[in-house]
Amino acid sequence: MSIDTTTAARVAKLARIKVEDAALPALADEFNTILGFIEQLNEVDIEGVEPMTSVEPMRLKRREDVVTEGHQQAKILANAPDAREGFFAVPKVVE
Amino acid sequence: MSDLNRLTIAGARDALRKGETTSVALTEACLSAIEGAKALNAFVHDTPELALEQARAADAKRGADAPALSGIPLGIKDLFCTKGVPSQAGSAILNGFKPEYESTVTQNLFDQGAVMLGKLNMDEFAMGSSNETSIYGNAVNPWRRGDDNTALTPGGSSGGSASAVAADLCLGATGTDTGGSIRQPAAFTGITGIKPTYGRCSRWGIIAFASSLDQAGPMTKDVRDAAIMLQAMCSHDPKDSTSTTTPVPDFEAALTGDIRGKTIGIPKEYTLDGMSDEIDALWTRGKEMLRDAGAKIVDISLPHTKYALPAYYVIAPAEASSNLARYDGVRYGHRAKLAHGDGITEMYEKTRAEGFGAEVQRRVMIGTYVLSAGFYDAYYNRARRVRTLIKKDFEDVFAQGVDAILTPATPSAAFGLGEMAAADPVQMYLNDVFTVTVNLAGLPGVAVPAGLDRQGLPLGLQLIGRPWEEDALLNTAYALETAAGFVAKPAKWW
Repeated sequence: MSIDTTTAARVAKLARIKVEDAALPALADEFNTILGFIEQLNEVDIEGVEPMTSVEPMRLKRREDVVTEGHQQAKILANAPDAREGFFAVPKVVE
Repeated sequence: MSDLNRLTIAGARDALRKGETTSVALTEACLSAIEGAKALNAFVHDTPELALEQARAADAKRGADAPALSGIPLGIKDLFCTKGVPSQAGSAILNGFKPEYESTVTQNLFDQGAVMLGKLNMDEFAMGSSNETSIYGNAVNPWRRGDDNTALTPGGSSGGSASAVAADLCLGATGTDTGGSIRQPAAFTGITGIKPTYGRCSRWGIIAFASSLDQAGPMTKDVRDAAIMLQAMCSHDPKDSTSTTTPVPDFEAALTGDIRGKTIGIPKEYTLDGMSDEIDALWTRGKEMLRDAGAKIVDISLPHTKYALPAYYVIAPAEASSNLARYDGVRYGHRAKLAHGDGITEMYEKTRAEGFGAEVQRRVMIGTYVLSAGFYDAYYNRARRVRTLIKKDFEDVFAQGVDAILTPATPSAAFGLGEMAAADPVQMYLNDVFTVTVNLAGLPGVAVPAGLDRQGLPLGLQLIGRPWEEDALLNTAYALETAAGFVAKPAKWW
């Protein structure tokens, strides 16, 4: 599997990271180096082996679906780059 | 008492209990050492006022039954969220972020009376093995190659923690370990570092990299200090759904040094092609020391070792791409300046391009790729299956009666900052070849300094233990430490 600049651009878009066109060939090369390293996994016989979901066998804990630490609007907004009237502010989303 | 900053945690605890010193005196000695060590770039956010306030509080409560860490000055890796104190994971994208809450691990330390001197340098989002991906610039190893002035890496990602402990800027430090980020820098700087079993330390409030692999642990001047500090860091935490309810044993009480009858496995797959003769000789000496202490040394096989790094470089980036999706310029940290007409997608893309460094961008994009439609099975699910096999390798040898496994900690001594700049990313990843299996299997692993190479740089050995048996693992590490008698310190040049 070889990654070309079109695929590199698509991955950058999916990851929501702006990559200039001029940087795409080098990025594709790096992807190919790393994926080439990962390809070794194809040598392993994984027939009948379950994918690991949890390193220690444990059932995830459950709790009542209730508010535990609510009413902290000011703290939640304290680090926002742009907060107005109790909300996070972002550029216009809907035309 | 002079040079209070050079004390171990145990030494300072005992001196405090006897009334021979005060936490304020210890803290002032460390603050002064930090002030004089800017060249190491280990501490990146100093908190002297907070430290002295905590020290005075500890002194006011001083008593014979004070907790072990009461009044002990520590450094905290920048990955831990600390209330009101910058916590930015070495990244520009969290520039200005001051958490409104405290991580469970640091809260546990503070509940014990520990003093925080400041935040420590690290690779951006803990992605790196040399501390060269940090927005703060490189942390520098206090060790040098003899008279050669070349600046060396303290390792990564917990490079600031390693440098600070090795240079006696603090009595101990927190680290985190996703693929070797406690053990590799500990080995590069001649200190002790333990990654406990996955689930021992709460991950709540530790900025996430790869959630199924991340664990916090202590980085200290010796094994006893690691036992004391780990004890304080561990707890069951309802805020981390993978946090264990397994009781935390008394780790320090386990340090008898008696390992007679224990079985130590030597995995044949950890002998690498072209491995340096010095690393090989150190490993042989380690075996001899444990044998002389009464342990039984057996050859074992962990057949899927070779596939651990490739599996890691699927799983860790996949989890990182998901975890780091939260840095979108909306809720905290950096937001890019927008051009006229830019919408929310441009805001995300520009913010993340400006805020993430090259290595983080690379890993987020690799993770995005291996999780994308059409590749999920071929990469991500295959890697998770291989991970099952890697864990089974360890389960098989433990079932055969092996108590602990001895390996080198790193394939080399500390290398020069910038020396790997021309190498492709995979060359840097190979630093974690001996440590990454342990994260994939969720096991405890400890790096212990065991000798110096020909250039005078420290080398470490790694011991890997059974899950939830950090007490026995630390005791084996203690026996190894005692036999190795490593007491060398870096000559002060900074």
